Amino acid sequence: MGMTMTQKILAAHAGLDKVEAGQLITVNLDLVLGNDVTTPVALKEFDKMGVTEVFDKSKVAIVPDHFTPNKDIKSAEQCKLIREFAYDKDIENYFEIGEMGIEHGLIPEKGLVVPGDVVIGADSHTCTYGALGAFSTGIGSTDMAAGMATGKGWFKVPGALKFVLTGKPKEWVSGKDVILHIIGMIGVDGALYKSMEFVGEGLQHLSMDDRFSIANMAIEAGGKNGIFPVDDKTLEYVKEHATKPYKLYEADEDAVYDGVYEVDLSQLEPTVAFPHLPDNVRKISEVGDVKIDQVVIGSCTNGRIEDLRVAAKLLKDKKVAKGLRVIIFPVTQKVYLQAMQEGLLETFIKAGAVVSTPTCGPCLGGHMGILAKGERALATTNRNFVGRMGHPESEVYLASPAVAAASALTGKITNPRDIE
Amino acid sequence: MKAMGKVFKYGSNVDTDVIIPARYLNTSDVKELASHCMEDIDAEFVHKVKDGDIIVADKNFGCGSSREHAPLAIKGAGISCVIATTFARIFYRNAINIGLPILECPEAVEKISAGDEIEIDFDNGVIRNKTKNEAYQAQPFPAFIKEIIAADGLVKYVAKS
Ligand code: SF4
Repeated sequence: MGMTMTQKILAAHAGLDKVEAGQLITVNLDLVLGNDVTTPVALKEFDKMGVTEVFDKSKVAIVPDHFTPNKDIKSAEQCKLIREFAYDKDIENYFEIGEMGIEHGLIPEKGLVVPGDVVIGADSHTCTYGALGAFSTGIGSTDMAAGMATGKGWFKVPGALKFVLTGKPKEWVSGKDVILHIIGMIGVDGALYKSMEFVGEGLQHLSMDDRFSIANMAIEAGGKNGIFPVDDKTLEYVKEHATKPYKLYEADEDAVYDGVYEVDLSQLEPTVAFPHLPDNVRKISEVGDVKIDQVVIGSCTNGRIEDLRVAAKLLKDKKVAKGLRVIIFPVTQKVYLQAMQEGLLETFIKAGAVVSTPTCGPCLGGHMGILAKGERALATTNRNFVGRMGHPESEVYLASPAVAAASALTGKITNPRDIE
Repeated sequence: MKAMGKVFKYGSNVDTDVIIPARYLNTSDVKELASHCMEDIDAEFVHKVKDGDIIVADKNFGCGSSREHAPLAIKGAGISCVIATTFARIFYRNAINIGLPILECPEAVEKISAGDEIEIDFDNGVIRNKTKNEAYQAQPFPAFIKEIIAADGLVKYVAKS
């Protein structure tokens, strides 16, 4: 009986020839990540473990991105705590505002994850790096503390679902639509405890930015991780960003899957998730008349350069609908700068949108775009839970940057095809 | 080890944003977190909950973010155990790591009603419903996880080894 791609990576990091779904193993970690919300809790636990140093100063990354630039005194205190820890322990990958970005955009961009790595992060969207052919998964603060102290983590080896992607997506259909479609198909607990492995000839039509946004939302289907095979596009990305050595793993021919799904990308339409769960999806043609108060384009799901390019293409020389607030937040400083050099920021500002510094900001209802009671936002983020972007009686609809930009022009959820 | 208390009952997909909304994540003070626990779906919870009480919920409890603040808030509110049909995986490991007992038991979820008096024996996984005079068998923990719990959480487990 063969192993899945995820199982092979885990076996190698556990020093075992073979692992099976359900087996409890301890693995060596290539990177341990935390942010300004989860790291303060981890530091309390780290102190209690009776260690004074982290296991490897180059294999810990701390990114203050959630409530930064600090939104209030309490968040400033939290950031101070982690900054002092980072300097005290000589953490090489601590990124202060100015060089930071939202962690899941920043970590791949800094070349800190390469194919074959095992990464844990005290943030659920750590699964994003599966786009690079690494095993990466979200864990909690205590796991982060133990990981920083020992360089090891415990896991139950996951079973897997295989998604065979075929065909070529139509215009205005992106990675975000692919993953929303899949979550709608299997449900928010459809991949509970399992890996989601994406394979098939359709992958050749998905850019790295598409793959990051697909892997990013594996957690929204309950998945432990999402993972892509490594191809020329992955290697090109790795060569451009990383200097670390990488290792390629492939699923065995006779690997066992708990389920196999075929997704014909050519049949997909832009897709929208209605409140209050990411699996509550509808095709754009079935959305109906949904008026919105705010559009948010950005986040670790869709704040990369291609996302901003698509949005700018639609907004160019046009104005956002009157009375609508449009907030755009690039995922990292590098993307921000690139967007500036390409003239995208000018397009956004002339259209009447605001452009924010990289931050999690409105995505989790932190700051920079909180919703009042009864308000509705269309966002390119990844969660539309009750109260996610503000008041418990506000609503969040999830969609791609193309749908978000088209909707920014009309003030209601709109098919980008209908914008000329 | 035993737990005993009254039941608060919820449906499927109770996510970490409703267990503890992000607007309160600028602190890691457990008492303060506990004072906002569940407020977006059950504003009465924090006023009614008593030490030892038990949460019973359906599928995928604790889905969403990795915030350990969620099990910390629940534990801080006095809850002695969460019983669910299934748990989201990050919540599951966080609860174990911080020492909040959790049990998967579809039968118990189906039969227990809000307000029932429940007694749980963690050694054998038996859940007794004193109100309805019934008993249900929960999945026992695997040995490795029992070791973490016996060490009183991952921190002490790591410190020991
Ligand atoms: S952008 Fe949103 S989903 Fe991504 S890390 Fe920040 S809060 Fe989490």
